[in-house]
Amino acid sequence: MSEKSSIAALGDADTVFAFKAVGVDAYPVTGEAEAREKLRLLARNYDIIFITEQLAEKLPDLIARYKTRAFPAVIPLPSSSGSTGYGRRLVKADVEKAIGTDILQVEERKNG
Amino acid sequence: MAVARVNPTRMELTRLKGRLKTATRGHKLLKDKSDEMIRQFMLLIKRNLALREEVERALKSVLGSFMLAKAVSSPTDIEEAIAVPGKRVKVKSGSKNVMSVEVPAFLVDASEKGEEFPYGFASVTGELDSCIGLMGDLLPKLVELAEVEKTCNMLADEIEKNRRRVNALEFVMIPEFQETIKYITMKLDEAERANTIRLMKVKSMIEGRQS
Repeated sequence: MSEKSSIAALGDADTVFAFKAVGVDAYPVTGEAEAREKLRLLARNYDIIFITEQLAEKLPDLIARYKTRAFPAVIPLPSSSGSTGYGRRLVKADVEKAIGTDILQVEERKNG
Repeated sequence: MAVARVNPTRMELTRLKGRLKTATRGHKLLKDKSDEMIRQFMLLIKRNLALREEVERALKSVLGSFMLAKAVSSPTDIEEAIAVPGKRVKVKSGSKNVMSVEVPAFLVDASEKGEEFPYGFASVTGELDSCIGLMGDLLPKLVELAEVEKTCNMLADEIEKNRRRVNALEFVMIPEFQETIKYITMKLDEAERANTIRLMKVKSMIEGRQS
């Protein structure tokens, strides 16, 4: 399976705008319901979907559904108004799920 | 531990011993698989975290300068400049196998060359040019992050599933087999002893009658 597809970016207009400039398909949305609808639609056609953290936090159930499938990869990224730390929290959640405890945090504490 | 309801026969005993052997072997194999998956996961998750930190930092500055560029020129000019992108980013998506988990592999397709700056340079400022340049440099990193993060997601899920299997074998199936085997062995021994006693009794009765 090796087909070409594009990347989509979903989020507020300011953030999506930057992605559009480099050739990523941009889908500016405002409300939560609109984003939900759009994400469902995009999931069928795109392999990678970047979504702003602010939106991702509002749609955890939908994103969880795509999480264990190979495609699409829904990746939360900070938006132009700054990072909420949601993406990092998801990575930590993965560690907890796989190993049982958040060992990265322990390491950080040891180093810091 | 509950003993499965079985007939205490020799045939059942042989069958159970076979199943216990298989279960023990399966448990060992799954445990090894789990260990290796966790090792791979650790490598990936560290890369994931480092990559995410890097990307988030870079993206923050790029988005900041985009806002700046937007502020410098008139918004309509910029919207117009960006409205028709010169090229669309394409990714080749395949799949690769990490510990028998099918994970996606993305590759930015660089073969399609388009105009990087799809606008006249007269209408917009230099800020936008540099922003787009930076963003373009960031894109492969973003795609790599997507791949690594997805792999971590899927691996974490698989590790959890595998752990359930290992635990089910270790704490339910194997003890149950052992208990049942013990139960059957005891029953068979009991029957054996009863038989011996009966024979001795019969023998002594016959001897008593003869004398």
